[in-house]
Amino acid sequence: MSGGEALTISDLRVTFDGFTAVDGVDLTVQNGDLRFLIGPNGAGKTTLVDAVTGLVKATGSVRFGDEELLGKPVQRIARMGIGRTFQTATVFEQLTVLQNLDIAAGAGRGMWTMLRRRKGVPEQVTRALEITGLSALAERPAGALAHGQKQWLEIGMLLVQDVRLLLLDEPVAGMSHEEREATGELLQRVSEDHTVVVIEHDMDFMRSFARSVSVLHAGRVLSEGTVTEVQADPRVQEVYLGRATEPESVTTPAPVPVGEEA
Amino acid sequence: MTTTTEPVKAVTPHNPPPTPLLERLRVPSAFALGAVLLLGIAPLALSDFRLALLAKYLCYAIVAVGVSLAWGRGGLLVLGQGVFFGLGGYAMAMHLKLADAADTGQKLPDFMQLYGTGDALPWWWEPFANPLFALAMTVVLPMAVAAILGFLVFRRRVKGAYFAILSQALAAALSIWLIGQQATTGGTNGLTDIQGFFGYSLDDPVNQRMVYFVIAAVLLLLMLLARQLFVSRYGELLVAVRDSEERVRFLGYNPANVKLVAYVVAAGMAGLAGALFVPAVGIISPALIGIVPSIGFVIGAAVGGRASLVGAVLGAIAVAWAQSTLSDAFPAGWTYFQGLLFVVAVGFLPGGLASLWTVARNRRKATTSSGSEVTA
Repeated sequence: MSGGEALTISDLRVTFDGFTAVDGVDLTVQNGDLRFLIGPNGAGKTTLVDAVTGLVKATGSVRFGDEELLGKPVQRIARMGIGRTFQTATVFEQLTVLQNLDIAAGAGRGMWTMLRRRKGVPEQVTRALEITGLSALAERPAGALAHGQKQWLEIGMLLVQDVRLLLLDEPVAGMSHEEREATGELLQRVSEDHTVVVIEHDMDFMRSFARSVSVLHAGRVLSEGTVTEVQADPRVQEVYLGRATEPESVTTPAPVPVGEEA
Repeated sequence: MTTTTEPVKAVTPHNPPPTPLLERLRVPSAFALGAVLLLGIAPLALSDFRLALLAKYLCYAIVAVGVSLAWGRGGLLVLGQGVFFGLGGYAMAMHLKLADAADTGQKLPDFMQLYGTGDALPWWWEPFANPLFALAMTVVLPMAVAAILGFLVFRRRVKGAYFAILSQALAAALSIWLIGQQATTGGTNGLTDIQGFFGYSLDDPVNQRMVYFVIAAVLLLLMLLARQLFVSRYGELLVAVRDSEERVRFLGYNPANVKLVAYVVAAGMAGLAGALFVPAVGIISPALIGIVPSIGFVIGAAVGGRASLVGAVLGAIAVAWAQSTLSDAFPAGWTYFQGLLFVVAVGFLPGGLASLWTVARNRRKATTSSGSEVTA
């Protein structure tokens, strides 16, 4: 995908009853990037994504291409080509994998198509089943999928939704090592023709797959750059470990909290 | 859009396995069986009196078809269907009263001569003299009211119990308003003593049977319509909205519109049911459309299985039958029994009787695997 800015956030602020969750964030994501957003619990990562996708009110500016997103309703932003997942996989448990994907593909369908029965499988749904490796489970109710498979289904839903920017909130939380590797490879494939932003707590995962990293702390961007640059930043080390020494090498597992965000 | 530069593993089109013939014939044959029962066997086997009762129950079943769509599939607890039933019923009854009056050479319906303030027909009664207008209004009026109400309510994201209470309050409001308008709506008595139905005398048992056939046919047609909505893409989307409204929003849909369609269609069905109830029973009154009957409309669906079309219809018929049987024996006890039934069905068997088989099967499965199953 060509360069240029996919997402330009400037001076973004989100306040809940006097508590400032996002406090003047400036952030630019290039087209085709695989950006990781990291930071301690309560840093404002999820709130940032909520603001971009229209779930919470915010001030400042969020531009997607040339268009301002703030003030637009959730479904309009989704139709512009921005998709997101949530910390807890939210798929339609009562529906099959295939139905989930078909619904995700259908926001632009006319009334006549909607009132008829689904016949066959749309091409992009077939492709998403392939990419996410869920083809064999297409007729399975989504509620019966394993945790990791639900996350993959969600990513598949974003693909058929025809989004250009994917915002993924802790996609590998609770996954086994193999599932993390598979998810990382999936994200790399997806980022070849999409822009991907990942909120993550898992530092190993981040090191293996991030193309660029932004560190958020207390509602602000603390540091930004490649994995190596960010790791070398003393401010980041301080925030994460409470000390200003070289925290770890790539080979030793980082003592980083993995957990849910408030 | 998802073309990757790296060669994707051979894209084999995913095709669901063809459904076996028996499975494909299941629905048409069940429908045919229902049609034979309703249109063939029931009229032969039942006395005029019993058939007239069945006609009344089938009107409730028509409401239940809409409830099954809006509540069963859409998750909208429509506790105020009496409003739409009433609008349809009154639209039909107004026309029939005017036609009765015209037959006997009078200008005004009987109750207006007794309680009315003048000798002129209220302006809003006048168009109902036209049979086509009145017929159209039995469906259009409830749908229009539902569309306005739904538009206001769903956009503001009112849902769950708040939506249920709101719809219930509306049912109370309409019936109270009607009671207050003695001179123009018949007040508490409602519109009673309806003699004819588009030129046919309702005293004639043959015409009563005709009314039964019309009602049964409408029920079957609306079940077909609802079934089409259930299996359509819209039906899948409606279930998705019921289960996770926010998620649907992030896929680019406006869930308010999805719910609005189900609500409006259910209102139209309730209106038609109310309209057919009038010739079948000969009366429409505030007591038939207020809070208690509005709850009654959803109980049948709850007991039979709100997400299952056939379950909801059979449940509505069964509960209506139980009501007329039991309320004869225990006139005061029915309301309590009705409430109990509702609580038990919603609390302990949310899928209704239609889900008994699945529940039993799952329980058997759970006991044989002796709790070794781990669900995330």
